Amino acid sequence: MSEQPASYDLENPSEPNFYKAQKGLKSWLFTVDHKRLGVMYLASVILFFFVAGFLAIALRTELLTPAQDFVSASTYNQLFTLHGAIMTFLFIIPATPGALGNFLLPLMLGAKDVAFPRLNLLSFWIYSAAAVMLLCTLVLGGLDTGWTFYTPYSTSTGTAAGLAALGVFVAGFSSILTGLNFVVTVHRMRAPGQTWDRMPLFVWAIYATAVIQILATPVLAITVLLVFIERFLGIGIFDPAMGGDPVLFQHFFWFYSHPAVYIMILPGFGIISEILTVHSRKHVFGYKAIALSSVAIAIISFLVWGHHLFVSGQSELVGVIFSFLTFAVAVPTAIKVFSWVATLYGGSIVYNTPMWYGLMFLWTFTIGGVTGLYLSTISVDVHLHDTYFVVAHFHYVMMGGLVIAFIGGVFHWWPKITGRFYHEASGKLGALLVFIGFNVTFGTQFFLGHQGMPRRYFAYLPEYTTMHQISTVGSYILASGLLIAGFSLAMAFRKSAPKAGSNPWGAVSLEWKTSSPPIEHNFHDTPHVTGSPYDFPEIDKSGRTH
Amino acid sequence: MSDSTHAAHTDGEHNPYVAHHFDNMGQQAGAAKLGMWLFLATELLMFSGLFLAYFICRMWYPDMVLGAHEYLSKTAGGINTCVLLFSSWTMAMAVRSAQVGKPGSKEDAAKIKKYLLLTLLCAGVFLVVKYFEYSAKFEHGMLPGKFYTAHLHGYEIEGLPHIFFGIYFIMTGLHGVHVLVGMGIMIWIYLRASRGEFSHQNYAGVENTGLYWHLVDLVWIFLFPLLYLVK
Ligand code: HEM
Ligand SMILES: [Cu+2]
Repeated sequence: MSEQPASYDLENPSEPNFYKAQKGLKSWLFTVDHKRLGVMYLASVILFFFVAGFLAIALRTELLTPAQDFVSASTYNQLFTLHGAIMTFLFIIPATPGALGNFLLPLMLGAKDVAFPRLNLLSFWIYSAAAVMLLCTLVLGGLDTGWTFYTPYSTSTGTAAGLAALGVFVAGFSSILTGLNFVVTVHRMRAPGQTWDRMPLFVWAIYATAVIQILATPVLAITVLLVFIERFLGIGIFDPAMGGDPVLFQHFFWFYSHPAVYIMILPGFGIISEILTVHSRKHVFGYKAIALSSVAIAIISFLVWGHHLFVSGQSELVGVIFSFLTFAVAVPTAIKVFSWVATLYGGSIVYNTPMWYGLMFLWTFTIGGVTGLYLSTISVDVHLHDTYFVVAHFHYVMMGGLVIAFIGGVFHWWPKITGRFYHEASGKLGALLVFIGFNVTFGTQFFLGHQGMPRRYFAYLPEYTTMHQISTVGSYILASGLLIAGFSLAMAFRKSAPKAGSNPWGAVSLEWKTSSPPIEHNFHDTPHVTGSPYDFPEIDKSGRTH
Repeated sequence: MSDSTHAAHTDGEHNPYVAHHFDNMGQQAGAAKLGMWLFLATELLMFSGLFLAYFICRMWYPDMVLGAHEYLSKTAGGINTCVLLFSSWTMAMAVRSAQVGKPGSKEDAAKIKKYLLLTLLCAGVFLVVKYFEYSAKFEHGMLPGKFYTAHLHGYEIEGLPHIFFGIYFIMTGLHGVHVLVGMGIMIWIYLRASRGEFSHQNYAGVENTGLYWHLVDLVWIFLFPLLYLVK
């Protein structure tokens, strides 16, 4: 809830919106407006999603038959490495904070901009430089280490692993700077009355994410820097032949990369909290529980990295401790899922495209999370490690979790970003195909993995043929669903697309208290927050206040 | 902390250094300082990876580390420690001069500049000493990893000293890069001070440079005993 002087007409603002406020290419490339940076991030991450998605389709097509068909073994290695590296470092990590976070965070807080607008621009440029470096590996010898850069292979391969490591190092700085900017923004830029317990849950999620970005990414930076140095100086700390230890690399790498999976998923949690409440017209269930469980996850996520090393030769005692701690992460995660379901219960649910993605998320993410528990059970993991079960698990959490939430979020805030409505029918059709395609593609992979199909293989035994073919067909359905979703969004660019108005969903949080698209400085008058972001007017009428 | 109280009396009046998206100097300076502390945290975490590598190396090969560290010059390291400690004091004085400086006062600006120059000088001395240390190591073949050739120069160090020198060069090298960056920032702040930008109305820039410089010192304060004074 918030108050604004009624005098200002949000539907016909006297100031131009932020697209029109300044003109020319330069006004984009050197902008410090968080909304423009958000839009540029959005365009970039969508581009990389398509590049990496295209590689994935190539991978799946090669796996149509057991034999080697159209790519060689080493090309296959490069395809899955680039697919994984681009998806992780150029798409999923920057996607929600960079695109939606940048666009929405200051709006939701009632601020004019993030705390350090120029740093924000720098962060975008660093990200672009990293993207160029990673893409350059394509022409400079390729990259075949897997996105995990395991030593000693990554320090000895003849491909461009050095450049790629440097690219990841640089991408890390962009991520750190974004996180730093957001933490300071949340602490210092809140509008009058915007207390911590009145912040939208998306802000809480972005905040928890930013904390992990700040605390974990420096360790990744030093790790890949060491890989880089190792390649050129052969210092030997990761090389057993020189007295070093490759498992040390794995510890370093996963100390970052496990928290990093929460950098990927936490913002998704935030998006889902917004979508499910707004489109079911109900005050979110367990506001505090959802907000604080994000923080709890952020903390626990630093203590579980050893679950990637169950079979790497760490001591049994350490393995048991990591196993136990990993189970502990499931508790705050489950608290969230239950709270979302309880939010839906008794709400007046509107089945529009964002809501479809929201409901889809509850299904796919839960499967991803629960299968994570199988993998954190040591005895089971010995059997499942490095099989397609793992591939299925991380796609259910990354794609089924973050990507689904992200697409849902883009649909939800599209009217705010573009000022127009997406096309509803094609939006729903896309969502349906994504849901079917996704489960067919990756659902089968649980069975494949359980039967022993190892990951990162370009050919396989004939016994696995049927399942692989089902999975490949699924990936085609998935791809077509994604294209249709893109079509539905693109329909908003038509001249005749219906105008959205400032608050098409009847939401209460501050980003809907400004014009669509917002004016350059976000709000004509500084908003004053007086209540929860989820007190919908209907609730007040029925007398149920929270 | 002191920033809000310092800035408080400038609120209300128009302060030309407040950016458009902040309400007042207190908010702006608070944001700048919080941002800097977070940045320092990331720096510490980055170095912590190297410290961990160091400790693991020492745990694996205690005798080798003991033997190899004898070849680092305790005198040079000791001098550099003193130089950096002194530079922390000059930096702190530069910050203080800015905090109490009157807007537009040439004298106060000159004070800031004097202390910045002294700090820059210390940083320069540090790097020169480091240069001589490094060249000695190069001459004796005490180099990282596969470039290690000290045995060809007649030095017999037990075990796998190439790992120790690898870690030595990476840690001090990364620290040296931070010294260089610090010098660049100080030059920039110096130029801004020459334009009379800093006073009690606006000193976050000097203060943050100071914080950064203290971190650079702090890292060295740990590097010195761990690398040079193993015994
Ligand atoms: C379009 C849908 C997608 C398909 C069909 C697909 C397919 C694949 C395939 C076939 C592999 C290689 C498996 C192996 O041989 O080990 C793979 C690996 C991987 N995928 Fe995807 N993927 C998709 C989307 C995503 C998304 C959205 C993400 C993350 C945001 C992602 C992240 C990864 C990662 C991290 C790996 C591991 C790479 C490695 O092990 O180095 N994928 N994917
Ligand atoms: Cu993990």
